[in-house]
Amino acid sequence: MTRLITSGFSHFILFIGILIMIVPVWMIFASSTHTGLTINTHGLQMFLGDSFYENYMRVLLYQGGFFKEITALKMFLNSFIMATGVAILSVITSLMAAYALVYYRTKYATLLFWIIFVTILVPLELRIFPTYSVMAELNLVNSYFGLIVPISASAIATLFFRQFYKTVPDELLESAKLDGANTWRFFVDFLVPLSKTMIVAMLIFMFVFGYNQYLWPLLVTSSEQYWTVVMGLKMMSGSIVHRFAFVLMSMVPPILIIIVLQKHFIKGVFQDK
Amino acid sequence: MSFLDLKNVTKIYPNGTKAVHETSLSVDEGEFMVFVGPSGCGKSTLLRMVAGLEDITEGDINLDGQLINEVDPSERDIAMVFQNYALYPHMNVYNNLAYGLKNRGIDKETIEQKVNDAAKLLQISDFLQRKPSMLSGGQRQRVAMGRAIVRNPKIFLFDEPLSNLDAKLRIQMRLEIKKLQQKVGVTSIFVTHDQVEAMTLADRLAVINNGIIEQLGTPIEIYNNPESLFVAGFIGSPQMNFLDANLNNKTLSAENFEIKNIDSDYNGEVTLGIRPEHLIESENGLINLKVELVEQLGSDNLVYGQIKNIKDFCYRSPGNQTIKKGDTLSLNIEENKYYIFDKNTGKRVNQI
Ligand SMILES: Nc1ncnc2c1ncn2[C@@H]1O[C@H](COP(=O)(O)OP(=O)(O)OP(=O)(O)O)[C@@H](O)[C@H]1O
Ligand SMILES: [Mg+2]
Repeated sequence: MTRLITSGFSHFILFIGILIMIVPVWMIFASSTHTGLTINTHGLQMFLGDSFYENYMRVLLYQGGFFKEITALKMFLNSFIMATGVAILSVITSLMAAYALVYYRTKYATLLFWIIFVTILVPLELRIFPTYSVMAELNLVNSYFGLIVPISASAIATLFFRQFYKTVPDELLESAKLDGANTWRFFVDFLVPLSKTMIVAMLIFMFVFGYNQYLWPLLVTSSEQYWTVVMGLKMMSGSIVHRFAFVLMSMVPPILIIIVLQKHFIKGVFQDK
Repeated sequence: MSFLDLKNVTKIYPNGTKAVHETSLSVDEGEFMVFVGPSGCGKSTLLRMVAGLEDITEGDINLDGQLINEVDPSERDIAMVFQNYALYPHMNVYNNLAYGLKNRGIDKETIEQKVNDAAKLLQISDFLQRKPSMLSGGQRQRVAMGRAIVRNPKIFLFDEPLSNLDAKLRIQMRLEIKKLQQKVGVTSIFVTHDQVEAMTLADRLAVINNGIIEQLGTPIEIYNNPESLFVAGFIGSPQMNFLDANLNNKTLSAENFEIKNIDSDYNGEVTLGIRPEHLIESENGLINLKVELVEQLGSDNLVYGQIKNIKDFCYRSPGNQTIKKGDTLSLNIEENKYYIFDKNTGKRVNQI
């Protein structure tokens, strides 16, 4: 009986927690299906209205920005290209960097690793102006290349891959060598497939990281053509209901990625071997 | 020049450990060579230098008429079976076997043919689609063997491949490895610290101690004719008994007995070695053994006891005898089965 009560109590607490998290999101969603007039006169709404289609279509297709050159749809495309680019590129670079750090027996491997590691402590914003000058110098401002490449070296992903490689037994490398595998083949035939789940996890991390970038895309793009969703959140003009709709839609891509890949994600981060 | 030739090979690790000292060794084509020695004596190091997994500090290694000091392991055409098997965990058994062949650019049909042949030989045909994690220890062992065999390399190297198996399986696999090697006829080097494994597998045996080959020969030569105290103590089970003694004018005097007419001109302090199986019971024997423990093996008994101050002296008696704790046995040493070693250098000083 007491067990029933305590378990009922803990469920109650959990339920409260869920409410605290879900209700604001729900209110934004419910409100975004009303007309702007309703919100302005009656405040936020708890129940669905009938302007869902109208509001969301208008947000997606509205020509926004100062020069009216960009739609929300284009921003989603930009964000997707940027996040995917950052994810893929940073996973490739950190896979290779970790490979070199672990398997090339240079004396400086540990030192190099720590230098890379220390950059985790340095926020992106600290180097954002020098990086911008470089991009400007190279004429890469206002391009996907400029959006993606400068933020695609990930110390954290390198750290994860390095720690994983260190757990791969030496005999595997030796065995592969005797089987005629050269340095490149060992990487492609062994390390990459063995770290598959971790690669998926890192892809998710880096996708979300790329998707969430604000300051860098703001700096490196002057043309509205390259606006991303997160930038759009700030720039979007229009009625409150349209902003609500946009905010909600901006949450969808990261959530979708996590839902689709969550099985690998959990396995990858908490892999026991 | 023989098939595999090591000349004055030395290995010094970067941290200064001298693991192998100026070792020279020849292995003939098709021969089964076993390296045996205690833990840390440098067996693995020697083997890994042959494989190319460790650099050679000094000396030369020739394989099949070619100097291979600087040849990359992937180019040496050598197969190795590791203690933990080192199977490729993400590949199924078929691909584990096929991987080395693929890297050599062999066409698909030939690979399939070879893999299937090897699988049949090792009785692993039923698991070809399984991942290594879904196999038992013995099956993994077979896959590791298969991976070596399928490539038909110049030489097989085994680094204690049986030590992860339980006792019964170990004996069975030992037999199978020997049979397989005779069938395939590939030159092999097998590393172990188990002297029974060494004796049963080897065509020739290299007993290694502290990075030096102490003795090289067929198992029976080494058993009958150990040239040093170390080899005598290492080869043979149960271990040889050792007694302190003095040798003067061809007369050996131990604490409570003497042996005359020893075939040696050495004078001084020595160690006398007697194998438990070279003792016979007889009236008025040289040695009086006070029995403390009897291990009955069925076929024979291992009798442990005390002679004067020496404890755990072992005598192997025929199994049909009943010997009890507390008995005193009178033992003689079989004719000319005394092994006498210089106490300081450990070198044998008498002829047998
Ligand atoms: N990478 C290394 N760096 C430094 N010293 C090493 C290294 N590998 C082995 N050694 C040392 O070299 C000596 C020989 O080692 P080795 O592994 O060849 O012994 P082993 O005969 O195979 O022993 P075991 O039966 O325990 O496997 C040991 O003293 C060991 O500590
Ligand atoms: Mg070893």
